[in-house]
Amino acid sequence: MTAGQLIEVDGLEKVFSVRRKAGRLRRVRHEVRAVDGITFQVPRGEMVGYIGPNGAGKSTTIKMLTGILVPSGGRLRIAGIDPARERTRLARRIGVVFGQRTTLWWDLPLKDSYELVRRMYRVPDAVYRTNLDRCTELLDLGPLLDVPVRQLSLGQRMRGDIAAALLHDPEVLYLDEPTIGLDVVSKAKVRSFLREVNAERGTTVLLTTHDLTDIEQLCRRVMVIDHGRLVYDGSLDGLRAAGEGERTLVVDLERELPPIQDVPGARVVKVEGPRQWLAFPAAQSAAPLVTAVAERYPLVDLSLREPEIEGVIARLYRPSAALGSPPTLSADPP
Amino acid sequence: MASEAVPERSGRAAEVAHGLRAYGLIVRMWIRSTLAYRTSFVLMALGNFAASALDFVAIVLMFSQIDALGGFTLPEVAFLYGTATLSLGLADLLLGSMDRLGSRVRDGTLDTLLLRPVPVFAQVAADRFALRRLGRIGQALLVLGWSVTRLDVDWTAGRVLLAVVTALSGAAIFAAVFTAGAAFQFWAQDAAEVQNSFTYGGTTMLQYPPTVFAKDLVRGVTFLVPLAFVNWLPALRLMGRPDPLGLPGWADFLGPAVAALMCAGAGLAWRHGLRAYRSTGS
Repeated sequence: MTAGQLIEVDGLEKVFSVRRKAGRLRRVRHEVRAVDGITFQVPRGEMVGYIGPNGAGKSTTIKMLTGILVPSGGRLRIAGIDPARERTRLARRIGVVFGQRTTLWWDLPLKDSYELVRRMYRVPDAVYRTNLDRCTELLDLGPLLDVPVRQLSLGQRMRGDIAAALLHDPEVLYLDEPTIGLDVVSKAKVRSFLREVNAERGTTVLLTTHDLTDIEQLCRRVMVIDHGRLVYDGSLDGLRAAGEGERTLVVDLERELPPIQDVPGARVVKVEGPRQWLAFPAAQSAAPLVTAVAERYPLVDLSLREPEIEGVIARLYRPSAALGSPPTLSADPP
Repeated sequence: MASEAVPERSGRAAEVAHGLRAYGLIVRMWIRSTLAYRTSFVLMALGNFAASALDFVAIVLMFSQIDALGGFTLPEVAFLYGTATLSLGLADLLLGSMDRLGSRVRDGTLDTLLLRPVPVFAQVAADRFALRRLGRIGQALLVLGWSVTRLDVDWTAGRVLLAVVTALSGAAIFAAVFTAGAAFQFWAQDAAEVQNSFTYGGTTMLQYPPTVFAKDLVRGVTFLVPLAFVNWLPALRLMGRPDPLGLPGWADFLGPAVAALMCAGAGLAWRHGLRAYRSTGS
C-alpha cells in the first residue's frame, strides 16, 4: 500500500452484459464496458472532482468505490479495505451522498433517521452530539429535525443527507451530484459546508457533478472520465490549458462596424450590432490586444471572458468520440 | 468471493447476531413512529383485524347452510383456519415488507441499503415494520381459541407442544417463502405477486380441509411447495383424522425439519440474488 494514499484504484473495470431485443424473440447479448481500466490515487485530505458526460461511468465508479458493485477487474483499496469483499467494514469508514436519492428513511423525521444512523454505526455518544450539533448549525437543520424526510424540499433533504453521511466521522465522503436541482442559495450553503468539513476534519472528498462551479469552488484536482476511461487527471487550470481554451474579448464600439480585422492574434467570432467578440489564445496577454483595438476603433466599453469550462470539457471529449468509440450507452445500470 | 465479510463459523454467528440487532433497531424505530399517531395505528390494526376476520365470516356463513365441509365440522375448520392464519400472520409481521424488494431494485434505493454497515436482509425485512399486522394475529388467536374449546381433543402436554411447534414452524415456512420470493425479485422485479400467491393464496387454501381439494393439488403443496407442513398434516393428527395422501405417520412431525430446509434454501437464494445484483447492478 502506497503511504498516504487513501483511495487506490488500479486498472479498475466494470463490464455489464446487456441483453437487447433483436426482433420479436431473439435477444442479443453484448458487453458494455462502463468502466474500462481506470487508475488513480487520492491522498488523504484531498478534494477531487470527478466529471464526465452522462453515461461516462461516474456513478459506476462510485458504486464500486463504495462496495455496492463488485468490479469485473482491476484492484481497488479504500483505506486498505477491498470494498467488494468487506463492504460492511468499509461502510463505517465512508460517507455517501446520492443527489438523486436519499439515504434517509423517507417516512421518519430527520432526527429519528439520525438516531438510527447513530445506532447502526455505533457512533459514540460524545462524537454523535458534537457532529450533529455542528451539522445542525452549519447546515441550518434546526427547524427541520422533526420533519419527516418526505416533507423536506430538495435542498433541505440534501442538507439532511449530507449531515447523515458525516455523523460517524467518515474518512472519505463520496458525493454523487450533491447540488443537482438545488437553487443558488442552497448550492452555496452546501459548498461552503463541504469546504469547512474538508478543512476542519481533513475528510477526503470525491465529488461527481454536472455543475462545474462546484469543481471550481471546491476542488484543486479534477478527473475527467469519458467512455469509461480517464481522459484527464490534474489541476483545473491545466484542464483549461489541455482543452486549448481561448479567452474572449468583448468590445462595444460606438456604432455598427464591419468585423475587426487588423488586430494580430485575434479573430472575430461574433458580431451583434456595435458589439463584437474577439477570441484569442488563453495563454496570451489581453493588454496589447486592448491597446491595438483602442488605437484603431472607437471603443466604448470592453470585458474579458475566461474560457468556459464546459467548452473546454466538450473539446476534451471530442477526440475520444472521433476515435470510433462505441456509441454512448447508458453506463448507469437501468 | 463477493459474499459479506464472513471470516469463519464464529463470524457467521456474529453476523447473524449483528443482523438481528440491526433488525431490532429498525423495528423499534418504526414502532415508535407508528405509535406517535396512536389513533391511526388503532384504526389500521382494527382494519387489519376486520379484513382478516371477513374470511372467517365467509366460512361461518357457509356452515349456516351445511353441517360439514369435506367431512370437517366448523370447529375443525376453525382450527385449520386459526393455525394457518396465525403462521402467516407471524411471518407477515416479521418479514412482510420483503415483497417491496423488487421496487427497491427498480428505483435504486437498494443501493442505499448496501452503504450501511448492517446486513441488507435485516434492513429489507425491518423496513416499514407494520405493527398493525398484529390485527391478523389477534384474529387468528381468537378463532383458534374458540375452536380449541369446541374440539373433542384431549390436550395432553405432547399435543400442546405439537400445536405450538406447528404454529412456529409454519411461520418459518412462510418466512422462507417470503424470502425466496424477495430473492426472486433480484431478477424479476415485478414478481411480488408470485410470492403472494404462495403466502396469502396458500394460506387461504390451508384454511380449508385438504379433503375439499383435488388430490394433485394436495400433492403439489406437500411435495413441491411444502405448505401442507404449515398446519394440515400436524392438525389432522391432532384432530385424529387421516391425511388424504396416506403418508406415514411420522410425516406429521416433519414441520420443523421442512421449515429448516426451506429457510436454508431461501437463505441461499437470497445470498445468490444479492451477489447477482452486486455484479450487474440490476
